[in-house]
Amino acid sequence: MSAYRDKDPRIHGIQSKIRVVPNFPKPGIMFQDITTLLLDPKAFKDTVDLFVERYKGKNISVVAGIEARGFIFGTPIALEIGAKFVPLRKPNKLPGKVISEEYELEYGRDCLEMHLGAVEPGERALVVDDLIATGGTLCAAMKLLERVGAEVVECACVIELPDLKGRRCF
Amino acid sequence: MLQRALIFSSSNPICSQLPTTAPPDNTVFPKRNGGWIIPFSSYQLPAFRLRNYRRTLLPPLCSASDSAANRPNMASQDEQDPRISNISSAIRVIPDFPKPGIIFQDITTLLLDTKAFRDTIDLFVERYRGKDISVVAGIEARGFIFGPPIALAIGAKFVPMRKPNKLPGEVLSEEYSLEYGKDTMEMHVDAVKAGERALIIDDLVATGGTLSAAIRLLERVGVHVVECACVIELPELKGREWLGEKPLFVLVSST
Repeated sequence: MSAYRDKDPRIHGIQSKIRVVPNFPKPGIMFQDITTLLLDPKAFKDTVDLFVERYKGKNISVVAGIEARGFIFGTPIALEIGAKFVPLRKPNKLPGKVISEEYELEYGRDCLEMHLGAVEPGERALVVDDLIATGGTLCAAMKLLERVGAEVVECACVIELPDLKGRRCF
Repeated sequence: MLQRALIFSSSNPICSQLPTTAPPDNTVFPKRNGGWIIPFSSYQLPAFRLRNYRRTLLPPLCSASDSAANRPNMASQDEQDPRISNISSAIRVIPDFPKPGIIFQDITTLLLDTKAFRDTIDLFVERYRGKDISVVAGIEARGFIFGPPIALAIGAKFVPMRKPNKLPGEVLSEEYSLEYGKDTMEMHVDAVKAGERALIIDDLVATGGTLSAAIRLLERVGVHVVECACVIELPELKGREWLGEKPLFVLVSST
């Protein structure tokens, strides 16, 4: 599947709804805020539609959404393409038996967890998050799915920060 | 394996957006016929009540409970919709999580059942479509699972209600009580306008503390909260009483 280069006319509307907040969470960071996109029902729907059009009919049975903003985009996509939704969460949130995957932060490490039994070997999966920066979180998500024998078909995000070279993880 | 991300690329030159009690061994329930088995055995009545934790004393009953009798424009759903049974049976109950004595209602198994998840959303959408609701407020994080699909289907905006320091813009904060101590919920001030009609969504209502904080946040900016909606209610924890006259609609009441 190729990266989205020919701009669909809906992209401009989506892009214009994303708010950039300087110096959050700390000085020097320009935060890409998708909450303003969610306030525009048409732009939000267009966002979901663009993903659904890409993934419907591709035999994807799992949409894995990364806590918490991945839940916002992942669940509508899962419902529309008829896939199950699997939340990938920070530690100690999921109540059942989990597998964990550590990943690097700028300072220190964090951990992503997934319920055992949620995904079966051989299932085709999509990973969804609002944004890809360094790719650390997405890589951890992919590893979790691959460890249980799923095939990660693609990772999908609303926004990429290409300077952070997240694509090198793929 | 093809692995490529994204829909559009930001030319933002400045770097990154930084990223913001184990269950006991006997909590893995075998799957049968594609569904999870909910254990009906060996509950112990807790010797004390815990506020703000989820628990159930008995296996979930299937019912849609509606306290909107004073709102004639909302149809009552006292007769159980046939979809409720599958929804209820798709919810997994896990004892002693997050700590001993708590019976946790796990909706993640519901999300694995595509029909039951679809039915859950449909039941809310059927209730709220065409009711001039322009805001669906979802409480972090499981409210983010049910809220956005409902918002999209009824043409409302989605407003995330979050833990502190997650929202980047100017926020309003509301404190609420936990069993020990307090927590805070935040909402972007410019997300909603006075006079808008709002729905609040969460996966479960226990004591009602979290929902009450969400109601207060919205009402502080002049929004009218039409109803609170949850998949599950734990009626023993009397969340409805804490919500007072604010209507609460649930699909499954665990009594």
